[in-house]
Amino acid sequence: MSETAAPTGAQADVAALVPRLLRICGEDGVLTDTARRRTYESDGLTHHRAVPGVVVLPTTADQVAAVVRLCAENGVPFVPRGAGTGLSAGALPHTEGVLLVTSRMRRVIEVDVENECAVVEPGVANLDVTRAAAPYGYYYAPDPSSQQVCSVGGNVAENSGGAHCLKYGFTVNHVRGLDIVTPSGEQVSLGGKSPGAHGYDLIGAFVGSEGTLGVATRVTVGLTRSPERTVTLLSAFTSMNAGGQAVSSIISAGVLPSAVEMMDALAIEAAEKAVACDYPEGAAAVLVVELDGPAAEVDAQRAEVTRLCEEAGAFETRTATGADERARIWKGRKSAFAAVGRISPAYIVQDGVVPRTALPEVLRRITELSAASGIRVANVFHAGDGNLHPLVLFDDAEPGAGERAEEVSGAILDLCIEHGGSITGEHGVGVDKACKMPRMYGPDDLATFDLFRRALDPDGIANPDKLLPTPRLCGEQPGVRRGVHPLVESGRAEQF
Amino acid sequence: MTLAGEPGTDDRAPRRGTGADAVGGLVPARVARPESTEALGRVMAAAAREGSAVVARGNGTALDWGGLPRRLDLLVDTAGLSWIEHIAGDLVVEVGAGTPVAELYGVLAAAGQRLSMDPVRAGGTVGGMVATGVSGPRRLLGGALRDLVIGMTVVRADGVVARSGGRVVKNVAGYDLAKLHTGGLGTLGVIASVALRLHPLPPALRVVSRATPSHEHAERALAELRRSTVVPSAVELDRPPEGPGHLRVVLEGTPDGVGARVAETARILGGDPEVADALPEGWGVLPAEGTLALVSVPPAESVRAAVRVGGLSGAAGATAHVTGSLPAGALYVSFPPGAGAEAVGAVADGVRSVPGWSMTLLRAEPHVHTAGVDLWGEVPGLPLMRAVKDSFDPRHRLAPGRFAGGI
Repeated sequence: MSETAAPTGAQADVAALVPRLLRICGEDGVLTDTARRRTYESDGLTHHRAVPGVVVLPTTADQVAAVVRLCAENGVPFVPRGAGTGLSAGALPHTEGVLLVTSRMRRVIEVDVENECAVVEPGVANLDVTRAAAPYGYYYAPDPSSQQVCSVGGNVAENSGGAHCLKYGFTVNHVRGLDIVTPSGEQVSLGGKSPGAHGYDLIGAFVGSEGTLGVATRVTVGLTRSPERTVTLLSAFTSMNAGGQAVSSIISAGVLPSAVEMMDALAIEAAEKAVACDYPEGAAAVLVVELDGPAAEVDAQRAEVTRLCEEAGAFETRTATGADERARIWKGRKSAFAAVGRISPAYIVQDGVVPRTALPEVLRRITELSAASGIRVANVFHAGDGNLHPLVLFDDAEPGAGERAEEVSGAILDLCIEHGGSITGEHGVGVDKACKMPRMYGPDDLATFDLFRRALDPDGIANPDKLLPTPRLCGEQPGVRRGVHPLVESGRAEQF
Repeated sequence: MTLAGEPGTDDRAPRRGTGADAVGGLVPARVARPESTEALGRVMAAAAREGSAVVARGNGTALDWGGLPRRLDLLVDTAGLSWIEHIAGDLVVEVGAGTPVAELYGVLAAAGQRLSMDPVRAGGTVGGMVATGVSGPRRLLGGALRDLVIGMTVVRADGVVARSGGRVVKNVAGYDLAKLHTGGLGTLGVIASVALRLHPLPPALRVVSRATPSHEHAERALAELRRSTVVPSAVELDRPPEGPGHLRVVLEGTPDGVGARVAETARILGGDPEVADALPEGWGVLPAEGTLALVSVPPAESVRAAVRVGGLSGAAGATAHVTGSLPAGALYVSFPPGAGAEAVGAVADGVRSVPGWSMTLLRAEPHVHTAGVDLWGEVPGLPLMRAVKDSFDPRHRLAPGRFAGGI
C-alpha cells in the first residue's frame, strides 16, 4: 500500500519519446507536466498509485498503433486505460511507460438494428451503448455497476459482468468483433457483425486479457432485445441462511432470474442510513430477484419465486413492476458500496467467487473471521452466481487496522479457493491479485498463461506486471518462470 | 516411443497403428490409450522427446474434419479419459474428454439438467465436440458451445498438463485459454477434460414449424421474430436442394408461459404452422458423409446467404442442403457424397466474395482435398494465430496441417 516513485533518471527513455508522441497525437493529446500526469496515478483501486511517465490521449486507431509501435521500437512499456474505474489496479500506470488513455475515442459508430449489434470506439461509456440502442427496443446486456462511466474498451479488457450476467453472460458473450492494436503496433481486425469468426477464437481469448495483449480500438457488440416484462422482487429474511436457501431453491427449480442479489444486516443498515431505501424492518438478509422475458413467463416465474421465498422463510416479499418502483428496490442495493463509506471511515471491497452450494458455509466462515478479528464485514453480493463482494470495514486512523482488514480480506479469498471458487469474478487480477494467482493455479498453469502472453507480446511491454505474478511484485515464489525482465531489476519499490 | 509403457508407471504400451487408425490416409505407427490425464501427459512428453506428430481421437466421428495432417506418428485415443463429475447443485459438470456425448447428456437429463447446446454429430465424444467447436440450432439463449465451457485441462505438446478457468461460471482469473482450444482441432494441445456450465431442463418445450413458401416469407418472419419478444431458443432454417424450406422455432419455458409465445410465433410464421412438444428426430445433427461447410454471415443476411448458396450450387451443377440458425448467422452446407471439388470450390468462392461473409469447409471429402480447394478462405488474424501455435507447439507436432493456414 505504498506510493511508488520512479527512481531518479529512469524516465529518460519515456521523455525521449515525447517529441514523436506529440507528432502522433498532437499538443492536446500528450500530457507531460507532473500535475496533469498525477491525475492518472491510479484507477478505481486508489491505494495503488504510480505517476505515469507520459500520458497520451489518441483519437484514432492509427494514432494508437503509432504510439504502440513507438513503444515497441524503444522497448518502452505501455498501459492501456479506459475510464479508470477498474478495481484491480489493472490500469495502474508505469512510471517509465506510456499511459494510453482511450477516453477521446468515444464515438458510437453504428447501431445496426437488423443485425442486433453496435459498433463503438473503446472509450464509449457502457451505458451510452444502451442509450444508443434504446430507441430501437434494444440494450447492451453487460451492466457493471460503474456502467455510467466505465468504457466498453475497459469492459473488453476486464471481461466485465454486472448484476444481470447471471442470465445474460459477461462481456465475452457479447463481443462479436474487435479491432486491436497488438503489442508490436499492428492493427488486426477480428470478427465483425457475424457472430461466428473462424480460426482460433482470439476474440474470446483477448476479452479479459486486461490490456496485456494489446489495445482494442473498435468493438462490435451484440445487442439484446428489451424484455417484454421485467419484475423485481424484494424478499426479507430473518437469517442469511434462509436467504441462501431461497437462492438455491430458485435456481434448482429451473428459474433463471436475470439477477439475484443479496445483502446482509450490516449492508442493509448502511443503505438505510444513506438512502433510506425502506427495506422491511428487522431483515437480517434481503434478496433482490429480477425476472425478465415474455410477460406470461415472467408472471409464472414470479408466482413461483414468491412461493419459494416464503417456503425458505421470507417474512415479507414485495413485487415491483413499474420502472420507478423497481428503481426503489434497486436503490438500496446499488447504493450499498457508497453507503458503507458512511458507517466506516474506510473499507476494502473484495471480489471472490464460490460455487453457489458453498455460499452458506462460506458466509458462516466469514462471520467467524469477522468475529475473531473484530473487523466488521458487510456482505453485498451476486448470490445467483456465487460472486461475493464482502466489504471489509476498518478505521484507517487506527494503527494496524488497515493491515488487519487486509488480512481478513485475504482470508476471504482463501475461503473462495478452498471451496473450489475463484479469486476474482469480475474485478480482474491486475496488480491487486497477481500474487494470489499461484493460490488458484499451479506453476504449469501459470507458465502456460505466460506462453500465450509471450506469443502476442514477446518483449513484455503491454501492461507488464499485471495479471501474472512476477518476482518484482510478489517476491521469489512458485510462479511464472521466465527470464528476468530488465524492468524487474529497475528497482521500483514493492507494492506490498 | 518404443512399444512399452512408460517405465515406473502402469501405463499400457501403445499398440501398433493399423489401416483402421488412419487419419487423412496416414497410418500412425502407434496408438496410445492413456487411462488418466497424467498418463496422457506422459504419452505426450514421450512423443515430444521423440519428435512424434500427434493426432487425438475420441470416437473418430470427426477425424476427417479440417485439413489433412501432413504427418502422423502417434494417435492418442481418449477413450480411457471417460468420466463424469456432475456437481448438480452448482449446475456444473466436469467431464473427461473421452466421454461419449450421449452418455453425458443422459446423466444430465436424469438429473433434470442439460448442456444447452445441440451437438451436430451423433456418436461423438465430449473432447471431439469441443475440439471441433461448432454448435447446433439451440444457441440463442445459453449461447454457443464456446459460451458454455468454463474450464479446461489440456495437455500441451511438451506433455505439461495445464488448467485454465475453473468450476465456477463467474471467473476472470487468468487468460481464458479454453476459447483457443474450443474449435482448435487439437492443434494447440490435447484436451483432457472440460468443465461446462449447465442449465435446468425447461419444463415446457414447443417447436413451431411450417414450410416457408418463399425466401421473402422467411426473411419477413425472421425480422418479425427479431422485433417480437417471444424469445426463441432456436430459429432454424432447413432448406433442402429440392422442395420447400422449413422454418422451425423452438420455444422453451414454463407450461403456463409458453402458450402465449406459441400463439405469437404462429401468427408471425402464418399459414397455420404445426406445433409439436418435442424436437424432431435427428434435430441439429448434420449428415455424417459428404463435404460439409459452415457459412457465417451477419444475421440479417442469413436467408439471403442460404439462397445464394443454393443458387451457386445449382449453377455449379451440385446440390447443397442448407440448415442453420438464422439469428446466429450460422448456416451449415451439406454436399452429397461425391459432390465435385469444382462445385464446392465455386460455392466457397461465391460466398467468400461477399464482404462480411465467410465459408469454412469443416469436412472435405478426399477428392476435394486432392483438388486443393481452400478450406478456410481468408482468415483475419492468421499471423497472430501462427504466433500462438508457435508458442504452444513450436515444432508443429500437433495435427500439423489440420488448421487454417496450414497450422
